[in-house]
Amino acid sequence: MLRRRLNRLFGRDERKVDSRTIYVGHRPCPATEALIPPKFCDNRIVSSKYTVWNFLPKNLFEQFRRIANFYFLIIFLVQVIVDTPTSPVTSGLPLFFVITVTAIKQGYEDWLRHKADNEVNKYLVTVLEDGRRACKESEKIKVGDVVEVVEDETFPCDLILLQSSREDETCFVTTASLDGESNHKTHYTVPDTERNLESLSATIECEQPQPDLYKFVGRMHIYRNNQEPAVRSLGPENLLLKGATLKNTQKIYGVAVYSGMETKMALNYQGKSQKRSAVEKSINAFLLVYLCILVSKALVCTTLKYVWQNRPGQDEPWYNQKTQKEKDANLYLKMFTDFLSFMVLFNFIIPVSMYVTVEMQKFLGSFFISWDKDFFDPEIQEGALVNTSDLNEELGQVEYVFTDKTGTLTQNNMEFIECCIDGFQYKYADSGTELDGFCVTDGPVNILQQKAGREKEELFLRALCLCHTVQVKEATGQGDGVADGVEDQVDGVMGLDGETVGPADLGGFIASSPDEVALVKGAMKYGFKFLGMESKNMRVMNRNNDVETYELLHVLNFDPVRRRMSVIVRTKSGDTMLFCKGADSSIFPRVRQEEVDRIRMHVERNATEGYRTLCVAYKLLSREEYDQADTGLREAKLALQDREEKLMAVYNQVETGMSLIGATAVEDRLQEEAAETMEALQGAGMKVWVLTGDKMETAKSTCYACRLFQRSTELLELTVRTLVDLGRKREERLHELLLDYHKRAVQDAPPIKAGVTRSWSSANQDYGFIIDGATLSLVLNSSPESNSSCYKSLFLQICQNCTTVLCCRMAPLQKAQIVKMVKNCKGSPITLSIGDGANDVSMILEAHVGIGIKGREGRQAVRNSDYAIPKLKHLKKLLLGHGHLYYVRIAHLVQYFFYKNLCFILPQFLYQFFCGYSQQPLYDAAYLTMYNICFTSMPILANSLLEQHICMEVLMDNAALYRDVAKNAMLGWGPFLYWTLLGVYQGLLFFFGVRFLFSNPALQDNGQVFGNWSYGTIVFTVLVFTVTLKLAMDTRHWTWINHFVIWGSLAFYMFFSFFWGGIIWPFLRQQRLYFVFANMLSSVSAWLIIILLILLSLLPEILLLVLRKPRGPHSRQKKPVVQSGVGETQSPRSSARPLLMKTFSDESNTIL
Amino acid sequence: MMASNYNAKEEDGHQPAAIGHGGAGTVKNKKPDNTAFKQQRLPAWQPILTAGTVLPAFFVIGLIFIPIGIGLFVTSNNIKELEIDYTGVDMSSPCYNCSQSYSWNSTKPCTCSVPFSLDQPFESNVFMYYGLSNFYQNHRRYVKSRDDSQLNGDKASLKSPSKECEPYRTSDEKPIAPCGAIANSLFNDTLELYYIDPNGSRTAIPLVKKGIAWWTDKHVKFRNPGGNDNLTVVFQGTSKPVNWRKSVYELDPSDPDNNGFINEDFIVWMRTAALPTFRKLYRIIHKKPNMTPTLPLGQYILEVTYNYPVRSFEGRKRMILSTMSWMGGKNPFLGIAYITVGSVCFFLGIVLLIIHHKYGNRNHSADIPS
Repeated sequence: MLRRRLNRLFGRDERKVDSRTIYVGHRPCPATEALIPPKFCDNRIVSSKYTVWNFLPKNLFEQFRRIANFYFLIIFLVQVIVDTPTSPVTSGLPLFFVITVTAIKQGYEDWLRHKADNEVNKYLVTVLEDGRRACKESEKIKVGDVVEVVEDETFPCDLILLQSSREDETCFVTTASLDGESNHKTHYTVPDTERNLESLSATIECEQPQPDLYKFVGRMHIYRNNQEPAVRSLGPENLLLKGATLKNTQKIYGVAVYSGMETKMALNYQGKSQKRSAVEKSINAFLLVYLCILVSKALVCTTLKYVWQNRPGQDEPWYNQKTQKEKDANLYLKMFTDFLSFMVLFNFIIPVSMYVTVEMQKFLGSFFISWDKDFFDPEIQEGALVNTSDLNEELGQVEYVFTDKTGTLTQNNMEFIECCIDGFQYKYADSGTELDGFCVTDGPVNILQQKAGREKEELFLRALCLCHTVQVKEATGQGDGVADGVEDQVDGVMGLDGETVGPADLGGFIASSPDEVALVKGAMKYGFKFLGMESKNMRVMNRNNDVETYELLHVLNFDPVRRRMSVIVRTKSGDTMLFCKGADSSIFPRVRQEEVDRIRMHVERNATEGYRTLCVAYKLLSREEYDQADTGLREAKLALQDREEKLMAVYNQVETGMSLIGATAVEDRLQEEAAETMEALQGAGMKVWVLTGDKMETAKSTCYACRLFQRSTELLELTVRTLVDLGRKREERLHELLLDYHKRAVQDAPPIKAGVTRSWSSANQDYGFIIDGATLSLVLNSSPESNSSCYKSLFLQICQNCTTVLCCRMAPLQKAQIVKMVKNCKGSPITLSIGDGANDVSMILEAHVGIGIKGREGRQAVRNSDYAIPKLKHLKKLLLGHGHLYYVRIAHLVQYFFYKNLCFILPQFLYQFFCGYSQQPLYDAAYLTMYNICFTSMPILANSLLEQHICMEVLMDNAALYRDVAKNAMLGWGPFLYWTLLGVYQGLLFFFGVRFLFSNPALQDNGQVFGNWSYGTIVFTVLVFTVTLKLAMDTRHWTWINHFVIWGSLAFYMFFSFFWGGIIWPFLRQQRLYFVFANMLSSVSAWLIIILLILLSLLPEILLLVLRKPRGPHSRQKKPVVQSGVGETQSPRSSARPLLMKTFSDESNTIL
Repeated sequence: MMASNYNAKEEDGHQPAAIGHGGAGTVKNKKPDNTAFKQQRLPAWQPILTAGTVLPAFFVIGLIFIPIGIGLFVTSNNIKELEIDYTGVDMSSPCYNCSQSYSWNSTKPCTCSVPFSLDQPFESNVFMYYGLSNFYQNHRRYVKSRDDSQLNGDKASLKSPSKECEPYRTSDEKPIAPCGAIANSLFNDTLELYYIDPNGSRTAIPLVKKGIAWWTDKHVKFRNPGGNDNLTVVFQGTSKPVNWRKSVYELDPSDPDNNGFINEDFIVWMRTAALPTFRKLYRIIHKKPNMTPTLPLGQYILEVTYNYPVRSFEGRKRMILSTMSWMGGKNPFLGIAYITVGSVCFFLGIVLLIIHHKYGNRNHSADIPS
């Protein structure tokens, strides 16, 4: 993957040209003497990794690149080369199994990719070749071909739109498969191209392929009868992306500019960085410990072997002579091979099967998330989406939650609430009693005049009607294709207003931002209807039902840096006007100050109430002003390089000296159960950080509404406003504030133990911290001489001691910066980012776990997330329910696996002391191989998929339970030590119990004796039963599956042992186990020792179970005493009573 | 290090989140099935380990284990066992001379008589074992040095034994039958028991050599090539193991069902012992039909034909006479272990009960749920 990308990078470096030149239709142009056909890649999409020929070597290579597989391969090779106690089959078979299964799976996936590739590549498209229409397979399209696409077809490659069947030279596309936005987007033909494409002679210069879907700069030179070539600028609105679908347009012609793997779609599917879960780190640490145990065991045995052999008569007694080869071997070489042999003998302590089981658990376990019907949202008809199964358990470990505000905490479903025109507040009343339904509810009291002038009102409403990029959805008669895709969204918008009749009767508004729709609809309520565009003319129906038309001259698009957008229109009367709307902070500096004061009060009050406010301003452009702006804009649009910057400069230049008309307030409602969810998260010990691009007041009110800030919360504010103080330098003030807050929040706070009980159980002051983007960059990137690292650590410490941190006015990149900062701070806490929009992608990718919400702002967040859920409220179940369970499951799985292999191998190690350190295995090869594959694998897999030590409802109702597993509690060194000691205890018990029994090997009433294989079989039987019963004891949730696999594997073990020992196997060299098992069962003593040892091994477990505070039954019917009041969840009795007493307490107070 | 097996799907270039343009028909299928399994709501038994359930278990275990332990202990104690070391390490030992003057090539067997006395009579069947110490029958090189298909009567393996048998695979260019170190080191002392009547005459005690090997070994696992007749012909072209004094078909010429590979002494030896100190069943002394004890108390002589050298590896040889019980030979360990575990459980039960009563009374009523 990486290599491919690197290759591409290098490949691009070789031809380091910033732009490519494309000859439309491969026709030479007058300007260039000789046509050198540039080489571009063909239009074949290759997403498959392998071909038939390279599959085996490449796949094997990739599999053995994994350290685990490589380790097992080495062990296998050692077994093949060196004379080792166990046959290569014992480790070769599991390895072969794993490798084969993985290879088959990957092969199948690759076959699917091949199939999908072929489907795309062999798709027939129509290409114009020398005036004829020719059918071609999609993969044969070359850059420069003119391609015809008809309605509802997807574009075969990235095209520049040359001609459309629609009169207005536009076409509609939907990019649902690219970014999930199902609305129709309008794309424009290049202006002034000839209708006759055969005679078109033009070149296109455009930038080299890059993955950004929304960026494209290019230039088209059109040559006409030896005239000076006309130059037209090309932007994203001219580019039709591969993968998008043509809608509402009969057919279009376009010229291919990017093909195959260079299309934006292909560039966007280049995989993501892999996230690794913290559990894996624990596993690796444990592995290291076990590797040390393994090596030291082998070393001890090798050393002792040579010590023992030095005694006379031991190395080579007369009854056990060495072969000539062994005698000749070099001593040191022998020592080395002995060491390797011991390694091989004990290598089962690190089992292949653990990797398989962990993978299976993760893979299968993730289905439960997508299957969960609680995650199903009837509105969008979708459930949760799992993009990676690697991070399931991480959901149970989250310490920091970074959430976006708009669309995540709030619904991003805007409703026009009120507006303020010239300082007077207007609120829409449903009853039309007041004049035109337009009433003044609140105005400046000291002024008698209750309403702003009618002219101002109308100007304001016209501005609302004109200053936007909303489209009117066409009547359904236009094409059936419109109906399905768009309807959901439109209906959603419409339904919420309870309004069924749109401006174009059946249509609705389509816009990239819901604010705009809300505003247009707001204006509609007051009598100004936007009727849509008619070839560059905007039509507005005013209160008198007259249709006014305005010629749209320029749209100065919205961008998050400027935080405003403008339109330049020409009225019928010939006036050129600029309407601008944007955030108060970006508008106020650009209008006259005296106007600001009247409106600011309203804006601020609206913001505190949680409304999104926008200010509207206008400006009459004089002839000269307009001409200047016009040329500036045109020039900037044609620029190939730095177009963005150049445009920005022009925009800023034009949008000055405006006069403020009014402000709007749009309500963004909270998501369902947003407050409950946030409360649950905080109750679970998570710190919630709100990262938003919104302004502070709005964000703050949302935080209050979500109960992230309580009444009692003391807010520590670090914003531009608090920094502006007494004219001192901002750095000084920042320094001072940071120290002050640090003192309050960190030093004065009573020392709290280990974060677990922080902030909610202790009754001390809650702190909330507010910072804005500008200040944050000051903190993070302050000048080197000032101690920036000091600021950063101060800032972090403050934040860590606050329950909630609100970061407002954040740029997307800053969001990621914050996540990164927290992620890398001491203790490396697990972070989770949740968001719904493109601006959250960076933080979703940055955090340990990224959650996307299937909201209204397109699909980018969902696509880049690890998990996607339809609503914010689902986060609670995802974390507290699924996450908790998955963590407990996988932690138990890992610990159990190490434990069961430790007590598997320890007897084998101990046996070396009794067999002259000769690497004699205790168990038969079949048992060695099957132990991890068959006898003990299924129960733990079933357990790790189905276990609910506490049932889902209780977990959800008691957020505090989440703290029990916080900080990787079940995979710490403490639990690991416990499991290891348990394994050692049981291993010792198994071996020595049988050892003492075998001091007299006559164990049957007929006086016959048992040999070494009987010894091993007894130990092994005890082992299998003990580890399986241990698992049974850990199981708190016995479904029929658990019963089936647990008792089933024991039965299978018995059956297999009988079967294996019941036949003389022709392919075996030695019939070691022939009737050993049956003979063992015929001995009463063997039965007795097996029962005794099983019971004795489990006794400490039983005792601990009793003495540990019992985890109550948590039956579904039983609702816990305390529901949500997190503060009171702590039962007053439980902490006061002695530990042992809790032992016998009933389930009613066992929730904690 | 953890695998990335299932991540391939992320790299999948053809998984566009094509949800937006799915028609209404496909959308319906997206609703997750409301099955108990998929919703993780399978009916489940959720065991509750409370004092109410665990305490009785402790007592029950204690009450079951202690009687079993006492039974085992008594049984083991009732088993009579006599062990005689006849290695001949001490100067005073009757076999000292034999153990000193040992050589593989000597044709005249060295015999020695070890007198011993029984303090109490041995009732019922008496089992005679020989025991070896410091003999590593479980050494890996030793354990694998055999060819089971040869022993199972496979003619091909008879002619060319498995490589595992090295260095006891061929001798004088001829394949060894039975090959391997285990067979080669077959225990070849002969032990005979004589009862010394009070009047001084010696009566030989009949030692039965059948029934000492596992039935399945004798009848299935070990087979002579080509049936039990004419073993001399069958084993023609093979060589005897280097340390043997006679060929495999001369192990028991008197009984064709106990000769060759199915000789029970041989089969017993071929079942390798688990520990370096072991015993193997040698002979059985069947009880007499009348009421007299099998071995009455009195003086006995053990006649040893001393063939098997153990002093080179500091081994010991023993002869063991033992009666049997339903649990096998004498081994007090099992009884003691049962008594101990039973007592521990009982004790724990009492301790827990005390704690339970002392602290748990307040919510005792709630203690016994469903």
